[in-house]
Amino acid sequence: MLKFDYVTKVYSGGKKAVEDLKLEVEQGEFVVIIGPSGCGKTTTMKMINRLIEPSEGSIYIKGENILHKNQVELRRSIGYVIQQIGLFPHMTIMENIALVPKLLKWPEDRRKNRAEELLKLVNMNPEYLYRYPHELSGGQQQRIGVLRALAADPPLILMDEPFGALDPITRESLQEEFKNLQQSLGKTIIFVTHDMDEALKLADRIVIMREGKLVQVGTPDEILRNPANEFVEEFIGKERLIQARPNIQTVGQVMNPNPVTISVDKSLSASIQLMKERRVDTLLVVDERNILQGYIDVEILDQNRKKAQQVGDVLETDIYAVKKEDLLRDTIRKILKKGMKYVPVVDDENRLDGIVTRANLVDIVYDSIWGEEDAFANQDQ
Amino acid sequence: MQALKQFLAENGDELLLKTWEHLYISLIAVLLGILVAIPLGILLSRTPKAAGLVMGVVGVVQTFPSLAILAFFIPILGVGTGPAIVALFLYSVLPILRNTYTGIRGVNQGLLEAGRGMGMNGWQRIRYVEVPLAMPIIMAGIRLSTVYLIGWATLASFIGAGGLGDFIFNGLNLFRTDYIVAGAVPVTLLALITDFFLGLLEKWVTPKGIRDSKEAVV
Repeated sequence: MLKFDYVTKVYSGGKKAVEDLKLEVEQGEFVVIIGPSGCGKTTTMKMINRLIEPSEGSIYIKGENILHKNQVELRRSIGYVIQQIGLFPHMTIMENIALVPKLLKWPEDRRKNRAEELLKLVNMNPEYLYRYPHELSGGQQQRIGVLRALAADPPLILMDEPFGALDPITRESLQEEFKNLQQSLGKTIIFVTHDMDEALKLADRIVIMREGKLVQVGTPDEILRNPANEFVEEFIGKERLIQARPNIQTVGQVMNPNPVTISVDKSLSASIQLMKERRVDTLLVVDERNILQGYIDVEILDQNRKKAQQVGDVLETDIYAVKKEDLLRDTIRKILKKGMKYVPVVDDENRLDGIVTRANLVDIVYDSIWGEEDAFANQDQ
Repeated sequence: MQALKQFLAENGDELLLKTWEHLYISLIAVLLGILVAIPLGILLSRTPKAAGLVMGVVGVVQTFPSLAILAFFIPILGVGTGPAIVALFLYSVLPILRNTYTGIRGVNQGLLEAGRGMGMNGWQRIRYVEVPLAMPIIMAGIRLSTVYLIGWATLASFIGAGGLGDFIFNGLNLFRTDYIVAGAVPVTLLALITDFFLGLLEKWVTPKGIRDSKEAVV
């Protein structure tokens, strides 16, 4: 959808704002560019609609080099939401929303219908159409700012710290509203901010920049799990990293790697022996290649001890397993929801890797309540 | 009161005619001033470096004594209404030019960038953003200019352009106070009334959304 091909921007005076930037954005992706002030994030964004011309390299939208396109037409085909809202105070809400359609010479009634339709999208009464921006609250104004960018239905929208000027409560509700809107409309968004919480909340992918270069590009989870370097770590903040831990930990990190297993060809008496020894009520059943076959528990043994001889005859094969790379948070949810006592962990070929039990859950809860204090204590030392 | 009635009976027609002359000399000069100063002001707002120079030159012209300017145009343009209008026009330019320039430059940069980013071309930014937002300031310049010009237009009579100045100069030559008053009072009234109507015009051309908000001046 959007591709930066080794783009460099040098300002007159020799300051390199952006250096050799290479980035690809998929259709429908929500990309947040973040970094400290002066890192080149705004420059990067403004090169997309050529408010700033790149010094080197090229930028492609849907395979077309935008540097060869007419500037004005290019901008009309890209939505733009600026910092500090930027509604025109002398135009009504309708005129503001339908500005790009007007530039594109849509007839009047089509512009009006479009403006009404968009207002409905954010649950605002159509009577606002004839009001002026100064009659609206900050949150409403920024909603209009977003609608204005959507007016001509552009596939790509650029947003330059759009929620920065709002109070925290309005900002939060607007972020949520906007994220839902973006997902339902399937727009591609390039969003610039310096607020990490905002980035983590909205982004499909976060692009961290510093001094004109990309430092790390990844999903919020990836970045929280593996910050590329100290700068990223610091930029995210220790506190956020700790808070995020339960959300980004994988099953592999907490599972018990040595579950109690038994092979298919063992006898039932051997299995009861094993249970007694290891103080468990369930055994995972594997074959000789350690591939998970099912389980037997003490109940099954009790019912079948007279009828059958081998584990393979009685095992329960209907078993739910997770993978090592799965997020712990999803796994926990499933364990709790399905009322399972444990869940086996397997690899791609269904080989048994470990097990997550309710005892592991206790560890996690303990960590998220007291672990933070421990971490801070360590930090102090 | 009796004297006033008698004066009007004798000079009423003359007075009306002179008032009309006065008004149209002034208004034509202002109109020309608007036609030149507003586009020039917009142009200068694009080139701040040239703006200082042009503004300086116009400022210097403004300081020339008006009588001198009028006299100066006699050898070039002769006498009569034409030269008077040209001279007054020169005076009308500066206030309008300066206010247009200041008004346009004062338009919020963020709004301009919003306009640019949404794909307005240069002309559309002027038409839809800059001029409407600068309108209150431009209008203030026009009002100021007009009131000045109505005052200065009295001097036009000096080069035979007519207007209420005729009464004042006659009064001065004949030591007739009543003629001086008959010229001065209508000039003042004319200035006040014109200003009032321009005030209405200002309200009418100022976009509704910024009429009662502070945004107008930013």
